[in-house]
Amino acid sequence: MTELTKLTLAEALAGLDAKRFSAVELTEAFLAAIATANPHLNAFVLETPDKARAMAAAADARRARSEALPLDGAPLGIKDLFCTEGVRTTACSKILGDFTPPYESTVTAHLWRDGAVMLGKLNMDEFAMGSSNESSAFGPVVNPWRRHASNASLVPGGSSGGSASAVAADLCLAATASDTGGSIRQPAAFVGAVGIKPTYGRCSRYGMVAFASSLDQAGPIAKTVEDAAIMLASMAGHDPKDSTSLNLPLPDWRAATKASVKGLKIGIPKEYRAPGMAAEIDALWAQGVEWLKDAGCTIVEVSLPHTRYALPAYYIVAPAEASSNLARYDGMRYGLRVAGKDLTETYEQTRAAGFGPEVQRRILIGAYVLSAGYYDAYYLRAQQVRRKILGDFEAAFAQVDALLTPTCPNPAFGFGEKSGDPVEMYLNDIFTVTANLAGLPAMSVPAALDGQGLPLGLQVIGRALDEATCFAVGSALERAAGFTARPTRWW
Amino acid sequence: MTIHLSSSVETPARKPFLLPGETGLWEVVVGMEVHAQVASKSKLFSAASAEYGGAPNAHVSFVDAAMPGMLPVINRFCVEQAVRTGLALGAKINRWSRFDRKNYFYPDLPQGYQISQYKDPVVGEGVLSVDMDDGARFDVRIERIHLEQDAGKSIHDLDPRATFVDLNRAGVALMEIVSFPDIRAPEEGAAYLKKLRAILRAIGTCDGNMDEGSMRADVNVSVRRPGAPLGTRCEIKNVNSMRFVAQAIDFEARRQIEILESGGVIRQETRLFNAQTGETRALRSKEDAPDYRYFPDPDLLPLELEEAWIEAIRLSLPELPDAKRARFMADYGLSFYDARVLTADAERAQFYEAVAAGRDPKIAANWVSVELFGRLNKEDKEISDSPVSADALGGLLDLIADGTISGKIAKDVFEKMWAGEGGAAAIVEREGLRQITDVGAIEAAIDALIAANPDKLDEVKAKPKALGWWVGQVMKATGGKANPGAVNDILKAKLGIAD
Repeated sequence: MTELTKLTLAEALAGLDAKRFSAVELTEAFLAAIATANPHLNAFVLETPDKARAMAAAADARRARSEALPLDGAPLGIKDLFCTEGVRTTACSKILGDFTPPYESTVTAHLWRDGAVMLGKLNMDEFAMGSSNESSAFGPVVNPWRRHASNASLVPGGSSGGSASAVAADLCLAATASDTGGSIRQPAAFVGAVGIKPTYGRCSRYGMVAFASSLDQAGPIAKTVEDAAIMLASMAGHDPKDSTSLNLPLPDWRAATKASVKGLKIGIPKEYRAPGMAAEIDALWAQGVEWLKDAGCTIVEVSLPHTRYALPAYYIVAPAEASSNLARYDGMRYGLRVAGKDLTETYEQTRAAGFGPEVQRRILIGAYVLSAGYYDAYYLRAQQVRRKILGDFEAAFAQVDALLTPTCPNPAFGFGEKSGDPVEMYLNDIFTVTANLAGLPAMSVPAALDGQGLPLGLQVIGRALDEATCFAVGSALERAAGFTARPTRWW
Repeated sequence: MTIHLSSSVETPARKPFLLPGETGLWEVVVGMEVHAQVASKSKLFSAASAEYGGAPNAHVSFVDAAMPGMLPVINRFCVEQAVRTGLALGAKINRWSRFDRKNYFYPDLPQGYQISQYKDPVVGEGVLSVDMDDGARFDVRIERIHLEQDAGKSIHDLDPRATFVDLNRAGVALMEIVSFPDIRAPEEGAAYLKKLRAILRAIGTCDGNMDEGSMRADVNVSVRRPGAPLGTRCEIKNVNSMRFVAQAIDFEARRQIEILESGGVIRQETRLFNAQTGETRALRSKEDAPDYRYFPDPDLLPLELEEAWIEAIRLSLPELPDAKRARFMADYGLSFYDARVLTADAERAQFYEAVAAGRDPKIAANWVSVELFGRLNKEDKEISDSPVSADALGGLLDLIADGTISGKIAKDVFEKMWAGEGGAAAIVEREGLRQITDVGAIEAAIDALIAANPDKLDEVKAKPKALGWWVGQVMKATGGKANPGAVNDILKAKLGIAD
């Protein structure tokens, strides 16, 4: 059965279509893999085997009637940020306790509509705030990758660390994830997987626990670019329940992964040459340029002059929105409540006990930057920076079709290596936050292993609504890189 | 010759209102923020019912309860009502507006923020022309109208140790109508609210039901020496009737004058009005006001309105109270006062127009405003609850017009109609109230009266004023049914009294 879990989503769907195995068999293989691996990796915070078996059996029945749906019988992992009806959803925060939503997020509803099977809920940084998955109330996720000749555990990145780890360790065919400042792309890069954050508004935010509303966007983490396209096709789509959802047709992204990139102009933003960036990453970036040149692309150096203001702006806008979005966790209606002697004390004790230190830090930052007398200097200024960054991208995209950058300034790191210094941790998002601030689609593709045997990713940023070019360029990189490395199973 | 008040006659000037203190006269300056609940079936950002009442927490969606991952979606109808209100107040409609979050913690505010419009409201400046009972008019400039969510209700008195929360009202759409400080007297404040309510009801954007909290006013009061710069204001929250508005302004102005005259200073603060005592008391000072950390709601896109949509709303506006009043004066020949009474409320105006159709408009006005409205007010009923319909009242007036009954008998018939005893014609027939116009019958009654009272004959011939007694006796003899005009004429002829 081990073999089944190694399949890509596309291969698994083909196998199911060809009746080489059933959805139930496939699902059992994943359930067994999770049972073995999860005590070591902690990728799943909730396994839903009964639900998975029932969904798989239903998928098999449809397939037997020749009524197979696009994702029929494909076992997936769901980031615990997505509300799943009747299945505990906590955003990996103590404050949500055993919250079990009586409703389904639109993204997951789309997946079930298309026949996918839910294996369980995936670990994440609390409220998606983090770049290492160390802030989860359920404990950290372990990266299936280790450095050469080392037994030291590494972080899988964050906040979608559970999604990344589960995909890399073959615990699901693909996973949902979300990206506010890089939370899909950075963990995908850390585990050698593909992750795409689509254009803001492609995926409905309805039923996705909010972190920073103007930046949050769902997307998949998958094993291949094609798998990511298959996943996104199902997850995306207009939703009248989300006012920021785009009412636009979805292009055929799977076809886009087969499209030629010949003649495309690829921009290399000079400001992304971060000081102190690992030489290996710089070299990989150069290698990516060569691969795309070989594929027939023209390489153009472009300038995104406001890049250096992106990270500070992001760490104002995101906490500001979070401070307000998380006000609803007050112990009054659901989730944790720690009763105090009066209302104020109940609020204070509930929120002190329910939110971890990183979440508390961001709420405090957010409340501060929005407060009277500071709003103009921080929040308003950050929004102005955001406009400038969007302007930079628009100018660049007048010259080029997509941008190529590293996904991250470093490979996966060890536990506690960066968690002592929030700013050090925040620097992990330096290449990814710009796409969130500008609402652009961006994808991370695994491209190489570094000297210590850890995966590194390259990022492709596209024009708004032009995920298709991201998929095409991502595929070209994937083919050129021939990245087939898999983590050695130590669990 | 009688002089009628008509539109060509100048309305009385606005009466200056100055409060005398120990040290001289004081001017009262008032601005109001009226919260009017939008007459909408569903809430501002959710599909839950906005209906008043209902079992606690029966009208609550996942959005209203601020469940994780829930998102607001603007209710188009509510936006339309705000635009409609703006147009009725001649206000600027902002083609681009935006919703902001006002952040604060309270158990009846599930999101931890109220979605409101802080910097960019949907409606800008307008003006409301207010009438006083004496016919004086003054303008109150409107600063803005914005849309916002109502909070839920905290119930503190069901349990000594617990507060209960009812979220039925949470998320219901409110229009906050903000005036400039153009009001100068307690009664003007009440008149402003009254006029605003009449307009909202005429255009149907708010039911104006103050008992159910559909309209509540925050009243900003300051005092100054006439002609001096504005004084420091205090805001009196949640005043929910016209009378209370006047009371609150009066009390608050006197309180401030007392402080100023004893050498004190007014501290800007929020105060509460106590309807039992008619007093205001401090709630919190400006320094203690929470920092609401307003910022644009990232879950909602800016509201962009198309000119054509606004124009369509403008065209759909019904006749407004001022225009209706002018028309009633012109078309029906009514006095300013009658026209004002009849147009104060759209439903009442409609009732009058139904009664007046094809009938004498002044008689109709008299019957509707005096008899019917008087009765409704006495019994605290709405026009929609009137036991006498416009058709039925018209039927009664027809019987007066064609001489079937006298105006006096008509009042008795009206009483019976009110009591549900049937239509006017049926009551008149059943009770034999038909007016006696038969000259022979009246003559017979007069002859009998002359025969029985020879002594009074000389008296009336000498003093024609004594005719009243004779008329009264004839009416008494005919059970009030004799046509008073005929009785008069025949009496004069028989008694030999010249006209």
